[in-house]
Amino acid sequence: MDKKYFNKIYILAKKELMGYFNSPIAYVFLAVFLIAGNWLFFNIFFIQAQATMRNYFVLLPWIFLFLIPAVTMRLWAEEKRSGTIEFLLTLPVTDWQVVLGKFIGGLFFLITALILTLSIPLTISSLGSLDSGPVIGSYLGAIFMGTAYLSLGLFISSLTKNQIIAFIGAIAASFIFFFIGNDFVVTTAPQILAPFLKALSLGTHFENIARGVIDTKDIVYYLSFIWLFLWLNKSVIESRGWK
Amino acid sequence: MIVIENLKKNIGETEILHDITFTVKDGEILGFLGPNGAGKSTTMKILTGFWTPTAGKVTINGLDVQADALQIKQKIGYLPETVPLYDDMRVYEYLRWIAEVRGIEPNNIITRIKTTAEACGLQKVIKKSIEELSKGFRQRVGLAQAIIHEPEILILDEPTTGLDPNQIVEIRNLIKHIGRDKTVIFSTHILSEVQATCDRVIIINNGNIVGQGTAQELTQQAGSREIIYVKIKGPREQVFTMLKNFPDIEDIIEKDRETDDIFGYEIKPVLGIDVREQLSKTVMRNNWSILEFNRKLMQMEDVFRELTK
Repeated sequence: MDKKYFNKIYILAKKELMGYFNSPIAYVFLAVFLIAGNWLFFNIFFIQAQATMRNYFVLLPWIFLFLIPAVTMRLWAEEKRSGTIEFLLTLPVTDWQVVLGKFIGGLFFLITALILTLSIPLTISSLGSLDSGPVIGSYLGAIFMGTAYLSLGLFISSLTKNQIIAFIGAIAASFIFFFIGNDFVVTTAPQILAPFLKALSLGTHFENIARGVIDTKDIVYYLSFIWLFLWLNKSVIESRGWK
Repeated sequence: MIVIENLKKNIGETEILHDITFTVKDGEILGFLGPNGAGKSTTMKILTGFWTPTAGKVTINGLDVQADALQIKQKIGYLPETVPLYDDMRVYEYLRWIAEVRGIEPNNIITRIKTTAEACGLQKVIKKSIEELSKGFRQRVGLAQAIIHEPEILILDEPTTGLDPNQIVEIRNLIKHIGRDKTVIFSTHILSEVQATCDRVIIINNGNIVGQGTAQELTQQAGSREIIYVKIKGPREQVFTMLKNFPDIEDIIEKDRETDDIFGYEIKPVLGIDVREQLSKTVMRNNWSILEFNRKLMQMEDVFRELTK
């Protein structure tokens, strides 16, 4: 794996970003994401009148649940529908490079979206003293969780030609992984399962990091989750000619 | 040299390719001919490494398509049948992106885009968005992306389908021009195209090779065969029955209809037998008349029909 290898991934990722920003899609997604997030957050913020972003990061996983499937839905489904996949995979790149290119393209988009939310902590710190520890932790957690959603959504997009199915499938799958750690599910499920559900849930690990406690356990969890779905994605792409 | 040995491909339960073996010499323009669904596109998908074969082997200059995929992909320019392009990009953006993925030196990219656009006649639309382009221009963009890295081998899947007659001639000339110093494999079901462009032809049907050689060789193989076209005025049913029961006629096709009792037939007599005299006598005897009569040697089209029946 030399410089050339990563350069190819970068070129592939660039194409995905061009795909977003050449059309109005990206701007619409970003606008909706920012307006919904800010509006919902500041509604509560001014009532509570506390200089904290905690409520925002309670909200964020739910907004991600819709934003990220919208980002990933077209990545493979559109290539399959239009047939460009045939041409993409006959370029001198490996299947891994293509998968990673798409993944990193999505990641850039996600990070752009998160950078644009920095207006919130800036506003709050001008109104009162904001404790930066949990904010930084939460942003880190948001990147990890968003990336996990991204790799899951990308994988689901590779299973279909239809963007809408990819979108809804990704929302459903992300919701399940997020929700299984919820207190409601954990208390109603049989007791033996409880620790597994908590350990598997994207939400539980996010809460840990968001508290400002960065535990290797959570990082390892996210990295394995991301890697697993990228690997599954690569396997799906690789198996195109086996049928 | 491209060597294809005992290529087989199954998709699900269906066998798409049975046992395909052929070679393509360097610098050759090879026409890949066959009816729709014969396995042309499948063979091409395997050649370009998009699909893996069920069995068999493809090597290009000694490199295996599966094992040395990256090196092979670098040597090949490919235009898939449906000409898939990224519609949201501009022509210039698209070609630049392809050049980057293809690993063309950054300093050379602009010159390469210019020469390619010139060769494919894209100068006028270079700033346009791909989705605005007409079918003819899309095809040119598809060709441009296939040749931008100056590949040794060009694989074109039905490059002229869906174009109007002028565009077909243009694209054909372009292929001929590009193909002067490249190995080109292109598939088509248009026969005149093969005669006009190719050094050699392979005819494929139901996943098998059913004929190969130069266009001339193929017509010669079938050349001792003749076809007689005759237009007879007389009651349709009776004429047809007469022809059907006529000795030494192998095959009859009703070719055209002028009025209710004038029909043209294509007749294939048994090899080496001249049926013309007998035929005209029989028609006279029935008080019908022959309005047209001509004899031709088998053309490429007939060879194709014969082999892919």
